[in-house]
Amino acid sequence: MSDLTNLTLAEARDLLAKGEASSKELTEAHIAAVEAARSLNAFITETPEKALQMAEASDKRRKAGEAGVLEGLPIGMKDLFCTEGVLTTAASHILDGFHPTYESTVSQNMWDAGAVLLGKTNLDEFAMGSSNMTSHYGGVENPWRKSGDNRPLVPGGSSGGSAAAVAARCALGATGTDTGGSIRQPAAFCGIVGMKPTYGRCSRWGIVAFASSLDQAGPMGRTVRDTAIMLEAMAGYDAKDSTSVNAPVPNYEAALTGDIKGMKIGIPKEYRIDGMPAEIDQLWLQGIKWLEEAGAEVVEISLPHTHYALPTYYIIAPAEASSNLARYDGVRYGLREGADGSLDEMYEATRGKGFGMEVQRRILIGTYVLSAGYYDAYYNKARRVRSLIARDFAQAYEKVDAILTPTAPSAAFGMGDKMDDPIAMYLNDVFTVPASLAGLPGISIPAGLSQDGLPLGLQLLGKAFDEETVFKVGGVLEEAAGFDATPAFLAA
Amino acid sequence: MSVDKETVAKIARLARVRVDESHKEPLAKELSNILGWIEQLSELDTEGVEPMTSVVSMKLPLRDDEVTDGGYPDRVTANAPEGAHGFYAVPKVVE
Repeated sequence: MSDLTNLTLAEARDLLAKGEASSKELTEAHIAAVEAARSLNAFITETPEKALQMAEASDKRRKAGEAGVLEGLPIGMKDLFCTEGVLTTAASHILDGFHPTYESTVSQNMWDAGAVLLGKTNLDEFAMGSSNMTSHYGGVENPWRKSGDNRPLVPGGSSGGSAAAVAARCALGATGTDTGGSIRQPAAFCGIVGMKPTYGRCSRWGIVAFASSLDQAGPMGRTVRDTAIMLEAMAGYDAKDSTSVNAPVPNYEAALTGDIKGMKIGIPKEYRIDGMPAEIDQLWLQGIKWLEEAGAEVVEISLPHTHYALPTYYIIAPAEASSNLARYDGVRYGLREGADGSLDEMYEATRGKGFGMEVQRRILIGTYVLSAGYYDAYYNKARRVRSLIARDFAQAYEKVDAILTPTAPSAAFGMGDKMDDPIAMYLNDVFTVPASLAGLPGISIPAGLSQDGLPLGLQLLGKAFDEETVFKVGGVLEEAAGFDATPAFLAA
Repeated sequence: MSVDKETVAKIARLARVRVDESHKEPLAKELSNILGWIEQLSELDTEGVEPMTSVVSMKLPLRDDEVTDGGYPDRVTANAPEGAHGFYAVPKVVE
């Protein structure tokens, strides 16, 4: 493994600032790492030539004294962000050959901050999945293996390519998007840090839409500091997204003071679910102890509607998806099938062929719950329960500064497992979905290993637009956990 | 709520997604399971609870009603499977 690819993003930044390496050298090392890790299938599109051009331009800017916060740092971009002139697929057959003529705001923000694009990372089709197995371009392999067992495991999803790339040292960091846990769950499965900011913190403009009231972009990195640095570049008000919030973006890295004395950390009793593996519960208790030892006060809280979050999510997200995905009709971009029939036949043939099974399943559920006669019973009911879930959190945050929970109910599972049971798959997101419904920020931090030697994550949730506290407590948790295990596969 | 094959065919038609005949039966079973699981929400009393429209309580911003962008049909239609002269082409819809 190259010394340059084993650095954290913050270390690489400091090295470039001191002039001890150029962005070109750093980028070349990462391009080689991306190539060495092709067996993981973490990238749908590699962009080595573009990366070298961007790196050379970055070295020039640095010489001219114009370095941004991500100056010269090579990263992966989830293939859900539209990138001008670069194939953008959302991991779907239906977007075949789509080269956007515009750039998403978040990716533009990162290029403006100096970042270098290594390629577009793999994901579940239209970000629908928790395993990365629904991608039209094939599943991503988790770089981790169970001890003494070489069978491939999933990286989690939907941002599984980003998580695998960062864990395997192909990229210093990567972007993800989180609708119900799609940043936090794969971060936990791959032993990295993943941060979903408050809904409205990052612009959704130019991100392929899944469920618009839930989707939010966020950073994935190997340390809390790295994700804090990345989020500062990604976030910000954007007039092109009417749900983007006009609030100043703090210096998140400065929030990492390590001082959480006197802070109140909530432990929601409803997150102790039946059948949760003992090792998850033990890790959670350990996390509580670490925060107490750092001087925080731990408070038991109640989020009484937790149990209803997943079914609520699986009404709202498919409903919004069925509407958002109506635009894929074979007319404006991507695949076109059945063009020799009527217009309706062309729509049906294009969509039947272009969407994978999970996407079709969710479009059908969404269409059903929004159809005449069921709109009130399902969709409006779910929106009412969503209000109750958000209220639970609002009441809890009158008493506590942050909330600690496990990130996922298990470690990474085998590729192909759970594929025949949609509901079992949906249960992966049981701990991440409630905060998504309430629009709150959350981070997953690698905190320990399972009995099989696989990474397990702890999740910290914060108040709306209080990412600083999430990073601050997250930094303390990371320090206490001292997670330094490495995956079986590292790009060399 | 139990979904049968005919219902699958109906919602597939509404969603403009062609579902193979052989997939309708298994899909009906899966959708029935998912809808049955979702059904647990009916246990909750939500009388008087406002349905959530946005997680952030803010007024939707309005901008002046004026043209801010445009005039590049070639860029707009660059990805169209079929088109000409700045237009999208679709199968004939009028006789």
